Amino acid sequence: MRSQIREFDSSTLNESVQNTIMRDLKAVGKKFMHVLYPRKSNTLLRDWDLWGPLILCVTLALMLQRSSVDSEKDGGPQFAEVFVIVWFGAVTITLNSKLLGGNISFFQSLCVLGYCILPLTVAMLVCRLVLLAEPGPVNFMVRLFVVIVMFAWSIVASTAFLADSQPPNRKALAIYPVFLFYFVISWMILTFTPQ
Amino acid sequence: MAAVDDLQFEEFGDAATSPAANPGATTIHIEGPSESPTHQPGLPRGSGGEEDDELLGNDDSDKTELLAGQKKSSPFWTFEYYQTFFDVDTYQVFDRIKGSLLPIPGKNFVRLYIRSNPDLYGPFWICATLVFAIAISGNLSNFLIHLGEKTYHYVPEFRKVSIAATIIYAYAWLVPLALWGFLMWRNSKVMNIVSYSFLEIVCVYGYSLFIYIPTAVLWVIPQKAVRWILVMIALGISGSVLAMTFWPAVREDNRRIALATIVTIVLLHTLLSVGCLAYFFDAPEMDHHLPATTAAPNQTAAAAK
Repeated sequence: MRSQIREFDSSTLNESVQNTIMRDLKAVGKKFMHVLYPRKSNTLLRDWDLWGPLILCVTLALMLQRSSVDSEKDGGPQFAEVFVIVWFGAVTITLNSKLLGGNISFFQSLCVLGYCILPLTVAMLVCRLVLLAEPGPVNFMVRLFVVIVMFAWSIVASTAFLADSQPPNRKALAIYPVFLFYFVISWMILTFTPQ
Repeated sequence: MAAVDDLQFEEFGDAATSPAANPGATTIHIEGPSESPTHQPGLPRGSGGEEDDELLGNDDSDKTELLAGQKKSSPFWTFEYYQTFFDVDTYQVFDRIKGSLLPIPGKNFVRLYIRSNPDLYGPFWICATLVFAIAISGNLSNFLIHLGEKTYHYVPEFRKVSIAATIIYAYAWLVPLALWGFLMWRNSKVMNIVSYSFLEIVCVYGYSLFIYIPTAVLWVIPQKAVRWILVMIALGISGSVLAMTFWPAVREDNRRIALATIVTIVLLHTLLSVGCLAYFFDAPEMDHHLPATTAAPNQTAAAAK
């Protein structure tokens, strides 16, 4: 899942497993840093990979899952629902931006959208920690504030990477679905209630 | 010399009609709508004048016909074919949304805003936003209504998102399909001047649902009267957009069929909005904060509803 040139393939066959894993982990970590401090750079687009989005999506879905006592009817989203929303949402947004005439490739866009879920995953972690304290309006206000800040961060990060690839008179049309996508994920995070 | 000129065959080539060579001739400029051909009395005006008007007046339609032909030429299994349905700019989408919010009598939404460039961006994303707006604000409104109750445990009700999505997308695609089929069938019996393509009908329905997004957000307010007023306003606006769009298409038909069509369109729209209100938003009860009182106040409250 990495876009490296072929010449180095034979030399990576002989290295130890630890080297391979560390190299991939470093690439993922580097991209996490790019998302946390968004600047207009091409790193996320040039060397796209889908490990980071997978890790983030699985983490988010696991944390959003409630224990199965009463989650049969009208409960929160199940693991599969979160997974489907994240991946199908990202695919739909990518198709939308390509149909509008953007010149970004399919997997590059999936990569950017997946990596920019990182702030919201951090918000989920913080919310779970805050929920260990006693419930009340203060609890809710803290969670609301954290989710709003992380939502804004996600939007800014993904816009920094995606906006340039759109034709200039259609930028708003391509960015609005990204806004809707992260809004829905933020809503799922904010309304998470444990037993 | 005038007699010799009258008998001569007039050339209408470039050299002959230059003002220097022939100052008295009709010169045709095909540059802009502000120019008008100068006619000299006594010169032949018959077929030349009519061709004139045709060239000037229908220049736009000629171009749009050519462009329309070029637009749809990719086969349906290529990506470019679907790109033609997303060929809109930001300001065009805003214009279409504005047109759906302000129905002006006599102005047809399709002719004025869509103009043979129907897009699928608007209908798709307006429906997506509406699905989440209804589900989220229904959830929020139920939470606010049941806030004080001891036995209420908040659930995010995530199932309702899938139900809302099914309802809204089915309405936005199946009803236009049925309407298009019905109009095609009537077209084969009665020759209507105005006929819409399937995508144009989907477009109108999609944009007419936009008014329900702020309506759904305002339905959070837990007052029955407020909610029903909002339903009336939203229905009035989007119903009139739909009625004014489809009236010209059925106008030439049998009077009863035309009226029945318009009534059905508005009725289905009503059903959608009232159904969504009833299903996603719990009724705001007046006495939910007095659970332990005796039966008498409950009865008077129930009688007052």
